[in-house]
Amino acid sequence: MEPSEPRLTTYDVLRKHGVDRRAFLKFCTQTAAAMGLSAALVPQIVDAMETKPRIPVLWLHGLECTCCSESFIRSAHPIAQDIILNMISLDYDDTLQAAAGFQVEEIRRNIMKQYKGEYILAVEGNAPTNDGGVYCTVGGDTFLHVLEETAADAKMIIAWGSCASNGCVQAAKPNPTGAKPIRKLITGKPIINVPGCPPIADVMTGVLTYILTFGTLPELDRQGRPKMFYAQRLHDKCYRRAFFDAGQFVEAWDDEGARKGWCLYKMGCRGPTTYNSCSTVCWNGGTGWPVKSGNPCIGCAEDNFWDNGPFSQRLANVVVPGIEATPDKIGEALVVLSGVGVAAHLTQAVARNKFKKSKSQEPGEPASDAAEKE
Amino acid sequence: MSTRVVVDPVTRIEGHLRVEAILNDKNVIDDAISSGTMWRGIEVILQGRDPRDAWAFCERICGVCTTVHALASVRAVENALAITIPKNAEIIRNIIELTQYVQDHVIHFYHLHALDWVDVVSALKADPAATAALAQKVSPHWPTSTPGYFSDVAATLKKFVESGQLGIFQNAYWGHPAYKLPPEANLMAVAHYLEALKWQKEIVKIHTVFGGKNPHPHYLVGGVGSAINLNGDNAINIERLEFVHGLIKDAQQIVEGLYLPDLLAIASFYPEWTTYGGGLGNYMAYGDIPQNGVNDPSHFRFPRGVILNQNLAEVLPLDPTDTHQIQEEVAHSWYKYPNGARGLHPSEGITDVNYTGPKPPYAQLDENGGYSFVKAPRWKDHAMEVGPLARMLVGFASGRTEYKDVVTEALGRLKLTPACLFSTLGRTAARGLETRLAVRWLAEEYDRLIANLKAGDTATADTARWDPKTWPADCKGFGLEEAPRGSLGHWVHIRDGKIANYQIVVPSTWNASPKDGKGQRGAYEAALIGTPMADPKRPVEILRTIHSFDPCLACATHVTSAEGETLAEVIVR
Repeated sequence: MEPSEPRLTTYDVLRKHGVDRRAFLKFCTQTAAAMGLSAALVPQIVDAMETKPRIPVLWLHGLECTCCSESFIRSAHPIAQDIILNMISLDYDDTLQAAAGFQVEEIRRNIMKQYKGEYILAVEGNAPTNDGGVYCTVGGDTFLHVLEETAADAKMIIAWGSCASNGCVQAAKPNPTGAKPIRKLITGKPIINVPGCPPIADVMTGVLTYILTFGTLPELDRQGRPKMFYAQRLHDKCYRRAFFDAGQFVEAWDDEGARKGWCLYKMGCRGPTTYNSCSTVCWNGGTGWPVKSGNPCIGCAEDNFWDNGPFSQRLANVVVPGIEATPDKIGEALVVLSGVGVAAHLTQAVARNKFKKSKSQEPGEPASDAAEKE
Repeated sequence: MSTRVVVDPVTRIEGHLRVEAILNDKNVIDDAISSGTMWRGIEVILQGRDPRDAWAFCERICGVCTTVHALASVRAVENALAITIPKNAEIIRNIIELTQYVQDHVIHFYHLHALDWVDVVSALKADPAATAALAQKVSPHWPTSTPGYFSDVAATLKKFVESGQLGIFQNAYWGHPAYKLPPEANLMAVAHYLEALKWQKEIVKIHTVFGGKNPHPHYLVGGVGSAINLNGDNAINIERLEFVHGLIKDAQQIVEGLYLPDLLAIASFYPEWTTYGGGLGNYMAYGDIPQNGVNDPSHFRFPRGVILNQNLAEVLPLDPTDTHQIQEEVAHSWYKYPNGARGLHPSEGITDVNYTGPKPPYAQLDENGGYSFVKAPRWKDHAMEVGPLARMLVGFASGRTEYKDVVTEALGRLKLTPACLFSTLGRTAARGLETRLAVRWLAEEYDRLIANLKAGDTATADTARWDPKTWPADCKGFGLEEAPRGSLGHWVHIRDGKIANYQIVVPSTWNASPKDGKGQRGAYEAALIGTPMADPKRPVEILRTIHSFDPCLACATHVTSAEGETLAEVIVR
């Protein structure tokens, strides 16, 4: 029952599953669409699936609520089954693993040895650092130690969700356990941050599929987030933006504006300071996103969003149309005030150049950038 | 001579749980301890925040039981501020909650629990035609029970295993003598594991319609954020409603055509598991799914009550807000109480985190000292079990017809008596029977919503007390709920517009609790006693019973904080 040679490519496995070439190509096309890539890149995906073995993934859980795992299995394209059975080898994941106890820890150690430097470490949650790390233990050891041990020989690290990327709820003031995000605990490894509480399912699978397909991390911004999903503010892509510009706002819950679907900015919407793709990718197979359901964004993909409340309080000093009319100025004002800082604004500017394949970076480089300002 | 079996991490649960079982020389479990090994301090973080935001923090207690803490939280704040939500909001919240029941219970059965009963590797030996015949017998109307379908699944499985990269299925307990299903039943279950995985992402779209996303849809103190406009396309309208309607119908198909038949089929091969895992025999339900507001338990679909010592002839009254009835103890928990207090009601709770366990890495815990971050709540000094079995028993013993019908029918088909429910298998079966009720109620709540809209009521929020200026300077509230895993209570104290204190007693705190000051075990611990293990190194039997509770440890390991206590005073050793 141990992983053994020879290692098969994704295509080999699909073929062995009885999937014919036509269905395989269709699968690759869907994968490209899922990542927002043009049809011209399909051959590259086909090549990747045909020549690369299934990469082992060790998915650790620290201080967290498992919403990232739950989100992951909601993915519509590709579906979780395809990822787990065909695309990666999910060798360790407390939530779905059949084995328990020491058998699970044995798997982790085996993979670390057999696939030294080749496996992906996916981390959901973060590690408490107060009092010797006793606030989260796994198999009798501190999660902090398990994390450090598993990270040592990983090829790269995916920090799932706001816990692993930024700290999230347990790191909100006063952070009683001393919870710290992965980038503050692990150095010298490529780390990709995929924030959100949780991240959108198809963003999670999109990031993973990108890495498998191109063998490298996608382009990252200065916070270590993939530009393909986190380069723009929700506000700039919001289907209710026209109401903002027209000065038509929901003023109270269930008022006329709420029933007409006007802008939720005055109800505290964090869209103007939140970099995510809820308004484009949407949640749960394109069904919607908070603003579409009438609920303002709480900014769950942003660093420190829990301490930027109350959520119902509108963002201070945002220039509202009628006073200053240009969206760019509004953007500028927000960026200065939001705490996201100039870096985020620059990111946005950089991101205006759409994703270019030729620019994909080596793993390591962008992630070390991501560890900025620590 | 006794053997100590340690299972850590217990997988296929939410959060971090450790179980240590002490076996006698016949490999029967004599004693057991259940330890929650994680603590995040959410209640401490809530202090000083806007009570209207508490739902979002609380919701992040758990992403598997997403929504449940948000709902208890808005109920607690509304109770404190004397807000009555509109009827549409009550119904929409019920729809969201019941959606969670159906999704969560199906996922638990197939993806967290089934592998305790289903041998994936044995499925390789199955004959697809015989599997199709079995599936058609088990569920005559399920459309994909064909030999071709099962031979495709068998091929998928075979090639996956042959790849040598077994992923989540490696190093498990395949071939263990405790697995009793024939290969065909195993293959059927594996096929449906994959079916259910595909379906679960659909039903949650109901949350997306009303709350914007799943996991973690949005909530609102005073109602629901999703406004209704039957003559507009940018709010809840007939298109959104019909979308929800369709998802409910699909859910009914899955529950009646897949989940229930599989559950009963698998259960029929494990009759001995109606004799293990009973445990405490004390059951408690706060009750939920209001039809006339949260303050009228007599109109809850889940009735409120307590059953003691397996006595189905009597349902005892329960008042969770009575400070003498529910108390939390910390005798074996990593917290301490001042002045030697034994138990405290959640509305008066105090906590000093006080880790006294061994320095990691450690090999075993000391059951005579503190051994868990979970507290030990007790009802009138009794340890209680909460969850689907408790709710089904309280409903059954209360004489509710719909409960009697589903329970009697299932017992009849399995040729079992009601006493068989007090067991590991009874707990697992009760979850399925409850899902049957939940999916029916989901359809009924949808019809209620339509009827109310038809009557001209489209209100979704009461904003009279939205502004903190309208609040009393000092007020307290509680929010009670039946979450999928059991009775849940949130207690809030609001002072000068801010949260002064916030306390949560969750289902898994009851079930996963360590021993109390009198040495009474918690529900997991009690349920493990007396179970024989075929091979102590491969603890399938422990996993069966623990998983039958559907543990949620992120929920269970929490901390309450004293009134006005500042954080600096949280002492950690």
